[in-house]
Amino acid sequence: MLYDLFIGPFAEFDFMRRALVGVAALAVSGAPIGVFLMLRRMSLTGDAMAHAILPGAALGYLVAGFSLPAMTIGGLAAGFAVALAAGAVARATVLKEDASLAAFYLISLALGVTIVSLRGSAIDLLHVLFGNVLALDDQVLLLLAGVATVSLLTLAALYRPLVLECVDPGFLRSVSRSGGIVHLSFLALVVLNLVAGFHALGTLLAVGMMMLPAAAARFWTADITRLLLLAAGFGMASGYAGLVVSYAAGSSLPAGPSIILAAGVIYLGSLLLGSQGGLARRLLPRAHLQR
Amino acid sequence: MSAIRLTDLTLGYDRHPAVHHLSGEIEAGSLTAIVGPNGAGKSTLLKGIAGALAPLSGGIALAKGKRFAYLPQSADLDRSFPIHVYDLVAMGLWNRAGIFGRIGAKAAHKIEHAIAAVGLTGFERRPIGTLSGGQMQRALFARLLLQDADVILLDEPFTAIDARTTADLLELVRRWHGESRTVVAVLHDIETVRQAFPQTLLLAREAVAWGQTATVLTAENLLKARRMVEAFDSHAAPCQRDAA
Repeated sequence: MLYDLFIGPFAEFDFMRRALVGVAALAVSGAPIGVFLMLRRMSLTGDAMAHAILPGAALGYLVAGFSLPAMTIGGLAAGFAVALAAGAVARATVLKEDASLAAFYLISLALGVTIVSLRGSAIDLLHVLFGNVLALDDQVLLLLAGVATVSLLTLAALYRPLVLECVDPGFLRSVSRSGGIVHLSFLALVVLNLVAGFHALGTLLAVGMMMLPAAAARFWTADITRLLLLAAGFGMASGYAGLVVSYAAGSSLPAGPSIILAAGVIYLGSLLLGSQGGLARRLLPRAHLQR
Repeated sequence: MSAIRLTDLTLGYDRHPAVHHLSGEIEAGSLTAIVGPNGAGKSTLLKGIAGALAPLSGGIALAKGKRFAYLPQSADLDRSFPIHVYDLVAMGLWNRAGIFGRIGAKAAHKIEHAIAAVGLTGFERRPIGTLSGGQMQRALFARLLLQDADVILLDEPFTAIDARTTADLLELVRRWHGESRTVVAVLHDIETVRQAFPQTLLLAREAVAWGQTATVLTAENLLKARRMVEAFDSHAAPCQRDAA
């Protein structure tokens, strides 16, 4: 009984195993990136970037049809262009990063939609928007695993300056010139993970896989190292739980959204019960200490 | 030998000078206070020396091969970031450890030593968000200790800090001076300056006086500095002194 529910689907079906590997790869690299986005108060950046990527992927689709390389390259190009432009404007002018990013992703989105409609073909963007986690072929799995590997290695290499840039950017500037490079590499990682994510979960849901586990983890620990591990764990747990629930519910519950809903449940649970500023702790205060 | 040489330096914002045609030297190993009214350009001058602000004209020459450390007035430090006091202090080792360098047993000992020197022993595992203003400043001084810099720039290090913490941190400044490091500090408390700082620059956009503290901090000079006109004139004509 329990076996049928929790293990059976993965033992039996190849597509379930692929889905599990795919979301695990996404969680392992996406969630830590989400943690840094959250800590730098850039939680909405992922969302904006997802919009910026969309036209590029759509253009790739227009040019080469439903081809993984074309859509990936298109998405990456659009994402990098917007990230670079926004970052450059934020560093060189009075506009802050959020304002310049908003400006450029809107331009990118409008441009993309315009080009698509000029071509006069009504392409089906549903796949790009919502993905299909139950139809991951070898090519997509390799892309997901590759992106996860590159992301984790890059994060490990950039860890110190990245943390420093978050805590005390002025200090980093005074001891090293790496701030700009670190920031741009980090934005590149965001784009890379979103592009990888849209093949499995779709652009919009890929953002959920980044931000929800990170926000949930913040309610449990005030230590950056544990935060990163916990977020990745939450991400994988929601991937697994979402797949199990979606399979048990038959065809009525699509897998992608149920993964994000599972992450949402973890987030809401953490919000309620979390040991670091969770609501229950606030509403049921314990006696204060002597000193 | 000079650690910092300013030649006809003008620093400012949007073409308006905050520091105007300032020339002079800060000797290596000296302990200098920069005093002056609000808006006199004290912080701007430190920013310029630290390389965080490009001069509008003139130049800043820094001694070659010296390590500089700069503690800004209100560090743009994110105190909600989940990191411990220990890790914040450890950042001071950046020059030696860099991106990949291992923090070994010797370095760990240094970090503990620095934390003890500022009286924060026992606070190592505390998240920085739980520190008081004074404790935070102690932690930042511990980080400065680890930076092991030859020239140390402090911008209002004792503002909003109680007397005991000020005394403790001032002791560190004296120690740095004893180790022949160059220390430049922006200060507001004239008494502290008289007691602890041999050299003073009295700044009011231009140098009112610069030299031995006793000769600089006269009633006459202080009055002169106070008379400085603070507001920028948005219709001011371009300064002609550059052309001369």
